[in-house]
Amino acid sequence: MEIFGIPMQAFAGQLMLGLVNGSFYAMLSLGLAVIFGLLGIVNFAHGALYMVGAYVAWASLEYLGLNYWAALVLAPLVVGALGALLERTLLKPLYRIDPIYGLLLTFGLALIFEGLFRERFGVSGQQYPVPDLLQGATNLGFMVLPNYRAWVVVASLTVCLSTWFLIEKTRLGATLRAGTENPQLVQAFGINVPVMVTLTYAGGAALAAFAGVLAAPVIQITPLMGSNLIIIVFAVVVIGGMGSILGSILTGVVLGLVEGLTKVFYPEASSIVVFVIMAIVLMLRPAGLFGKEK
Amino acid sequence: MKLKKTAAACTLACAAMLGAAVPAQAQISGDVIRIGLITDMASLYADIDGPAGADAIRMAIADMGGAIAGKKIELVVADHQNKPDIAAAKAREWFDTQGLDMLIGGTSSGTNLAMSKIALEKKKPFISVGAATSALTNEQCSPYTVHYAYDTVALAKGTGNAVVNAGGKSWYFLTADYAFGAQLQNDTSTIVKAAGGTIVGSVKHPLSASDFSSFLLQAQSSKAQILGLANAGGDTINAIKAANEFGITKTMKLAGLLMFINDIHSLGLKATQGMYLTDSWYWNRDADARAWSRRFFEKQKRMPSSIQAADYSAALQYLGAVKAVGSDDADKVLAHMRKTKINDMFAKGGYIREDGRMVHDMYLMQVKAPSESTEPWDYYKVVQTFKGEAAWTTKAESKCALWK
Repeated sequence: MEIFGIPMQAFAGQLMLGLVNGSFYAMLSLGLAVIFGLLGIVNFAHGALYMVGAYVAWASLEYLGLNYWAALVLAPLVVGALGALLERTLLKPLYRIDPIYGLLLTFGLALIFEGLFRERFGVSGQQYPVPDLLQGATNLGFMVLPNYRAWVVVASLTVCLSTWFLIEKTRLGATLRAGTENPQLVQAFGINVPVMVTLTYAGGAALAAFAGVLAAPVIQITPLMGSNLIIIVFAVVVIGGMGSILGSILTGVVLGLVEGLTKVFYPEASSIVVFVIMAIVLMLRPAGLFGKEK
Repeated sequence: MKLKKTAAACTLACAAMLGAAVPAQAQISGDVIRIGLITDMASLYADIDGPAGADAIRMAIADMGGAIAGKKIELVVADHQNKPDIAAAKAREWFDTQGLDMLIGGTSSGTNLAMSKIALEKKKPFISVGAATSALTNEQCSPYTVHYAYDTVALAKGTGNAVVNAGGKSWYFLTADYAFGAQLQNDTSTIVKAAGGTIVGSVKHPLSASDFSSFLLQAQSSKAQILGLANAGGDTINAIKAANEFGITKTMKLAGLLMFINDIHSLGLKATQGMYLTDSWYWNRDADARAWSRRFFEKQKRMPSSIQAADYSAALQYLGAVKAVGSDDADKVLAHMRKTKINDMFAKGGYIREDGRMVHDMYLMQVKAPSESTEPWDYYKVVQTFKGEAAWTTKAESKCALWK
């Protein structure tokens, strides 16, 4: 059986790969959406934090001998702490002025991080081995799927959905959302809003680092890995609707699939298809697919 | 009116004085010999050239004593970010306002083709070191362009022939979607077909693609024996990683058509052992190369790529010619370079042909197994040397109008 001249097997394989890439996009765009939705900051440093996460994983194996699973916990903690520090010292003074300053600051931070890592490690990159438990591949009939890639889908979707649940369905999430909507009022209830804001940014940064560790074994860890990805992820967030958490998760997965199919039918367009969709969505629904007009 | 006349007279007098003064000293324009390097300083090709490539040129300047006939030698460096428009604009600016005497082109073919055009327009020497495309000395050849280190034809003749002769008859290409990738695929296809092989298909990927699995699956379903990687740097590395992960390497053999020692270092010998590659130079090939490389290593803490070695050699040869003719005049220096054999740590008996190609030996190498490597960066066995003309475009194949 064939679909548009492509054998069914190959087609299913490409869909599967699209799902794997899509779950990466979902994971990264989730962190961005959380930070934008709750703090109103367009966090251009997200790609850099993702890169730092991957480097923390690499360094903890190289210098401390910590394995992948330890890195999966350690890197988000380290990068989360870094995020908290950045929020406290640099971002905090910018909340009351035009959001463009936050964007410029985080963009500058991204360039600084990239530059520092490039200076130290070069651009050829470092290797990170696939953990023993996830070595090998499973034959799905239509394709051979490396076990590690399957784990990426499971891990990132689990983290995405738990984050969504935490923010949209729990009391903590409700306080968080209220705190960003009307800080004075929530503060009056005895809740420490500035700490909450710091933790939110740290949480977003930790999500980026988690994605970085997930990516480490499958791609070369280089200082540029974040900037290669971040623009696409921004497009995903814009299509999903800035600040919409569920929107960014769904859009991430769907765009991964669309991009995967483009790679089969017209590979040259695979790097721009996401942006074409973004342009169309912005024309028809300026607030994004899941965003609310304000 | 009177003022105007006085000014005109003064200008004439000044011009006459300058004209008289210059020949007395060495004919160095602007009293400085200024070399420019425009390359990828920070992106995916920065390790194979980049800041260390600039340092290699500085080594050449230092080895010339930092000055010729009392005139200081200077290096200016710019990052082209792999964008031809930036490279062209920078080259134009330097030639127009900085009195640049010679330009060295770093990595990436598109940028070098653009710089070659500017150098032709300004009638200044342009030595392309890092670019791969054979178009620089073929369809787009120029009397002011020298292509120094390697090109797509030499890579194709080396690796393409070796792989076909080893039984790899059917090929599928994974190709970087810009000038270089297309040229490398094209040149390799010609060699493969001439050697009795077939091209089953190809897929183009964007530069710095984040994921190669989809392209690799397409390659695998083609049932070709050989996957030709017509890309470079980080793209080649990520493609090889993904090919190992998805088990592509069990059914297909990979042929990296342009690989540098930095790529091998980054991937490790375990993932690359047994691969064939063609390169213009290897640090551990002879005593001269080793001696220079150890100097390079002291500062950079890594061994030089062939491009960095060629950066040094190109600058050294250019400066040697300036010294010999006592001038930085473009035509005189180029004429001298064309009639002088190149003998240094990079090339033995090399010479610059009418089409601008610097003809020298090329090497087919095989990556060592981890057990064969005796020291860090000891990665290659030289399995074949392509002597002189054997590696390059022949006169019969050439479409260069200057070489007829």
